[in-house]
Amino acid sequence: MNLNNTPGQYLLVAFIMLIVSTAAHAKTELSADEIVERANQISYYAGEDGRADVHMQIKSGDGVTRERKFTLLRKNEGEGKQKFYAYFRAPADVNQMAYLVWKNPDGDDDRWLWLPALNLKKRIAPGDKRTSFVGSDFLYEDVSGRSPALDEHVLVESTDSTYVIKNTPKDPAAVEFSRYIVYIDAETFLPTKAQYYDHSDNLYRRVSAVTIETIQGIPTVMESKAEDLQRESVTTNTFSNVEYNIGLNSRIFTERFLRRPPREVMK
Amino acid sequence: MWIPPKICRVRCALWILVGALVFILVLTPGEALSLNVHGFVDLRSGMRLQDDPSQRDAILNEARAQIDVTHYGPVALWKLRADAVWDEAAGEYEQDFERGYGILDLREANVLVTPLDFMDVKIGRQILTWGTGDLLFINDMFPKDWQSFFSGRDEEYLKAPSDAVFASMFFSWANVDVAYMPGFEHDRYISGERISYYNPMLGRRAGADDPLQVEQRRSWFAEDEVSVRLSRNIGSYEVAAYAYVGYWKNPVGFDVGSGRQTFPRLRTYGASVRGNAGPGLFHVEVGYYDSFEDRAGDDPLVPNSECRVLLGYEQELRRNLSAALQYYLEYMQDFSAYERSLPATQPQRDQDRHVLTLRLTQLAMNQNLTLSLFTYWSPSDADAYLRPLVEYKPTDELKLFVGANIFSGRDEHTFFGQFEDNTNVYAGVRYSY
Repeated sequence: MNLNNTPGQYLLVAFIMLIVSTAAHAKTELSADEIVERANQISYYAGEDGRADVHMQIKSGDGVTRERKFTLLRKNEGEGKQKFYAYFRAPADVNQMAYLVWKNPDGDDDRWLWLPALNLKKRIAPGDKRTSFVGSDFLYEDVSGRSPALDEHVLVESTDSTYVIKNTPKDPAAVEFSRYIVYIDAETFLPTKAQYYDHSDNLYRRVSAVTIETIQGIPTVMESKAEDLQRESVTTNTFSNVEYNIGLNSRIFTERFLRRPPREVMK
Repeated sequence: MWIPPKICRVRCALWILVGALVFILVLTPGEALSLNVHGFVDLRSGMRLQDDPSQRDAILNEARAQIDVTHYGPVALWKLRADAVWDEAAGEYEQDFERGYGILDLREANVLVTPLDFMDVKIGRQILTWGTGDLLFINDMFPKDWQSFFSGRDEEYLKAPSDAVFASMFFSWANVDVAYMPGFEHDRYISGERISYYNPMLGRRAGADDPLQVEQRRSWFAEDEVSVRLSRNIGSYEVAAYAYVGYWKNPVGFDVGSGRQTFPRLRTYGASVRGNAGPGLFHVEVGYYDSFEDRAGDDPLVPNSECRVLLGYEQELRRNLSAALQYYLEYMQDFSAYERSLPATQPQRDQDRHVLTLRLTQLAMNQNLTLSLFTYWSPSDADAYLRPLVEYKPTDELKLFVGANIFSGRDEHTFFGQFEDNTNVYAGVRYSY
């Protein structure tokens, strides 16, 4: 040790040590609710807006593979509200259909389907959010986000790399699971795996992030997988052309741009 | 055999020309954002379940191939969607783009441009739809194809195309849509050549040997139509007001001089609201049909004015099972004048026509199997129409289906009761590419 250190330098070292220990301490001190809220933000609200091309492959237990291709636009509207626009390209019988969602975190979402053959904006009745999204193993709630307020969260394990959260539904009758365990990356706060247990406590469903990349500084899931372990059906989502903060105008999420798909989905 | 009038042939030729032009433009390489080519091949066959003395048992033996070309250019969106159709059971084979007969059924041939920042204009042949009803229409005065609907074609064929200029203006206070149809776009109404119907002149059910004699309205720009809609969202409720100036869409009038059915003049006004309510979705729509050729209601050859009301509610009963209920009312004005002036030979209708509809939809097998039933039931007319349908998708490309159109009624002149002898079952397969 250099004996010529001034008291000021000692003070600086002590201060840095204090910050480091506080930061280390803070990591373990985050409550389960805080971890879940940060994971929810990074998973569903990253950036002000964004776009992605999604390629879904559904491999059902009987060996048939089905495909869905769509372009997704998203815009945050504040207070947890969001607007989504999905423009379908495949399969052929849903080509050029568009799906519009105004997400209300505290209630039912407003949803519309654009049927080009009828030139019709069809409003969709509020539905059970735990039904399959476009016939895949992902559920509507996996895509739009499950409100953290619907579950009790308990931090069951915390390592340097991962938080493990147990989630128990406040209204067990409303859902098909009794609990689900989510593994959250301690650095990025992205959930990497969620395991769902039924009312007999059997693991029956798993959703996982397969590939994560950083895009515009935002950790982003580029490939995800949903497995129905009982029916042995697996859906893989591959994301491409992901962009954030592209300056989407709110008016894109209206009837005008159902009739005429916006440039942002065509590029 | 029915010979199409000359003007009809001129319109056919015109549309082939326009279609060809759009096709060339669509395929012209440019700085296209995207060129999208899709379509399907659809084979289906339907037959009557009972004898109809005036018709064949076969109601549909159809092969249909659709091509759908969309070109997203930098300034315009071009669209061509056309079906090549061969239907062995068709009553007419002569090409007629207005009635949907012949080998070519042109569904869409249009271009959409944005001349002003707040305005989109779509010009050409297009499918137009608005209003809140599910298979019931009050303010949607765009043409319907009842023949396709009753004979087992896909539900989308209920909407017939219009040759129109459709301008949409988007203001902060509301959206304004104006549809101008230079030529009158009547419904593809039931006229007897494939589906038997109640002929009011004969006073009985009639079929292929007694086609409905109709005085057509064919002069472009003189016999035109305008539909207008104002719409906006208030919170998440969709509110709209509508107006229409044109003609009754079915030949419900009669001209004594020619002995033909006519399309009397009509104006309609209406409003609708739609939104979430409790665990479901509701809609309310009202309309006033101003049959102004017979304001007093005492002309037996022209329908009286009517008020129409529609209430609907839809809810998911449990996961993958949804139900939608609608109540619909047609209330005739000046009913006593109607009663007084009605010829003794004509069956009398009620002042109120009530209709209830119920739609049940069950999804299964990861949404690859759809079981659905749509039911119309009129307690006042004492008739009903059931549309059960089962669809199964073994792969993304292939769809198999079987369905039925079941009519039942106490009287032979009511809206659905007249079609009793057309009750049919159909099945088929569609390959989409």
